[in-house]
Amino acid sequence: MRVLAAMSGGVDSAVAAARAVDAGHEVVGVHLALSRQPASGRVGAHGCCTVEDAGDARRAADVLGIPFYVWDMSARFGRDVVDDFAAEYAAGRTPNPCVRCNERVKFSALLDRALALGFDALATGHYARVAPGPDGRAALFRAADRAKDQSYVLSVVPPERLAHALFPVGDAGDKDAVRAEAAERGLAVADKPDSHDICFVPDGDTRGWLAARVPRRRGQVVDSAGRVVGEHDGAVGYTVGQRRGLRLGVPAPDGRPRYVLEVSVTTNTVTVGPAEELDVDVVSGTSAVWCGPEPSAGSRLGAQLRAHGAEVPCVVEAAGDEPRVRLEQPARGVAPGQTLALYDGDRVVGSATVATAGRR
Amino acid sequence: MTAYLDHAATTPMLPEAVAAMTAELSAVGNASSLHTSGRRRRRVVEESRELLAASLGARPSEVVLVGGGTEADNLAVKGIYRARRDADPRRRRVIASAVEHHAVLDPLDWLARHEGADVVRLPVDHLGRVDVGALRAVLAEDPDSVALVTVMWANNEVGTIQPVADVVAAAAQYGVPVHSDAVQAVGALPVHFADSGLDAMTVSAHKLGGPVGAGALLLRRGLDVVPLLHGGGQERGVRSGTLDAAAARAFAVATDVAVSRQPIESVRLAGLRDQLVAAVLAAVPDAVLRGDPDPAGRLPGNAHVTIPGCEGDSLLYLLDARGVECSTGSACQAGVAQPSHVLLAMGLDEQTASGALRFTLGHTSTAADVEALAAAIGPVVERARFAGLAAGVRP
Repeated sequence: MRVLAAMSGGVDSAVAAARAVDAGHEVVGVHLALSRQPASGRVGAHGCCTVEDAGDARRAADVLGIPFYVWDMSARFGRDVVDDFAAEYAAGRTPNPCVRCNERVKFSALLDRALALGFDALATGHYARVAPGPDGRAALFRAADRAKDQSYVLSVVPPERLAHALFPVGDAGDKDAVRAEAAERGLAVADKPDSHDICFVPDGDTRGWLAARVPRRRGQVVDSAGRVVGEHDGAVGYTVGQRRGLRLGVPAPDGRPRYVLEVSVTTNTVTVGPAEELDVDVVSGTSAVWCGPEPSAGSRLGAQLRAHGAEVPCVVEAAGDEPRVRLEQPARGVAPGQTLALYDGDRVVGSATVATAGRR
Repeated sequence: MTAYLDHAATTPMLPEAVAAMTAELSAVGNASSLHTSGRRRRRVVEESRELLAASLGARPSEVVLVGGGTEADNLAVKGIYRARRDADPRRRRVIASAVEHHAVLDPLDWLARHEGADVVRLPVDHLGRVDVGALRAVLAEDPDSVALVTVMWANNEVGTIQPVADVVAAAAQYGVPVHSDAVQAVGALPVHFADSGLDAMTVSAHKLGGPVGAGALLLRRGLDVVPLLHGGGQERGVRSGTLDAAAARAFAVATDVAVSRQPIESVRLAGLRDQLVAAVLAAVPDAVLRGDPDPAGRLPGNAHVTIPGCEGDSLLYLLDARGVECSTGSACQAGVAQPSHVLLAMGLDEQTASGALRFTLGHTSTAADVEALAAAIGPVVERARFAGLAAGVRP
């Protein structure tokens, strides 16, 4: 096969490209330039796509003996991921930019371009597996190493696109094994720190980043009974479940910590309350993507609501484009905009964007 | 077989230059040393300087050897600005064409940010040729405030030859010095420093068959420049650093060969270039030749086209995969293709500019290179358009 390997400059995508070469594919490496003005170097584990990262990717491609190019995807990324991120927060939701990037950039614009240019598949360094599902079509499964599993952020990729995806490190033992393999292969990125957080917020200060982009005005922080307990300098940027950064003037009657329960950008109000009020057991979503046969009502599946969150058993109450599930154990801090991923064992059944979460 | 069509990026060293350089590399001696080996080395450097001067229509004392075109441009722009400003603090304006190389534009931006320079960018027409009328107007506004005018001899992207003589005449009226980056011109066009009337001119070795890392700034005698590098006081104190005799020798030999072959070689390359353009336009009828369509107005080895509905990234990859090496014709920042400031200055929109390809010919180019491109370009554009459609690029 002719394989386009997306190389971020990190260890996982370098080993993924190496494994694609070993598998006998004709591999071409590509680094996506996601900003027109990349920073020169990386600061610790924050950010990515710097000049240094592009250089690391290039060196890895040299070692593998494969052609390498930098493709400018900055316009697409800026519109579909960065602007979307700000717009979602401005609308009071909590987006996951990695999900959005996989959905609209990597497995959309980039894959389309790769296929059009004559490639058969796109390889990335994601920890996930692709194998035939119950209907015979390509389906997504959790990685062998559950701790590194990234199937959640890929759960928005539909089957016809998964059919062209290669995740060569999806069956790797664990991160240390991948690093050891990189070192054995002579890849200098073997000991490079992992990147965390949001790649386009280089200092990790999401609230500060949003403050510079989304207009905000002062408003009230209230408790669930409607009493004013503090003030905020803009509801935008608060996330359901957040505890830090709430400057509450009025202490809770019982002295217990309080969390953000709800963010309303229409009334510019942040509602806080005790941890147990964060518990939800019914989650409904929109824009569902089914990675195989749609589940029937009453199916018992697993639900995951955060990139590294636990899977909770659930019952499907409705499927279709706007699914609804009942969680068998309450989940905490579920915010509109997050992704609800549904699993049958290790297999991703589908996903949807959380619209509402509540208690029955 | 690879068809190398990127000679404006760098061209292979001439065999004469390789022989001269390798012979000198194994010799010992610092040209500043006073003993026999040092004197021998100094003689090599000075003979190289004389050969360069003779090839370029300059006096040997006007040749300042530097580490390449970028250094020469930086030295000219910063050095002349500082010297002129120090002599008269009113001189804060620097006038440059909008299509200069980044080795000129970026030092100017730096001077604007850090040293109070007021940079005036002269517009160009749709062929990329600088508006001399605009230059005259800017000069006439307040000639005493102008430190320097800098306009390249020929553009590196679209190959347009600039009206350097008119620029010099306009500036001479007010006694304002003129620098020209002639990196793409030497060896491709007749270039005579003294006849040009320029005060400073940049030359690079590796664009004409010499080694990378060598170049010269020709400086009219009597023109003060503030040095960038301070140290041993070499090169009249303008450029300190141990002289690279081997590179100087190879640079001089390459320049001599390139300049003496120029009258014949430029005709040969223009003929190949015309075939190349015809082949591209035959295979891709809606491709647009950029720069001056009149052969008298452009570099003989330059062909530059924009192809609607395609991204330069895709075209470059597909051609490279078929053994045809060219450039997207835009400057890179961190390996990221930026929309070309030259094409934007010529009035193209960003999307049109993103479908640019530059093919440049040089001394090793043959008809086979053109034929390889002619065979590849049709299918490559078809596929790149398909990819462009997938990416939503407007045809």
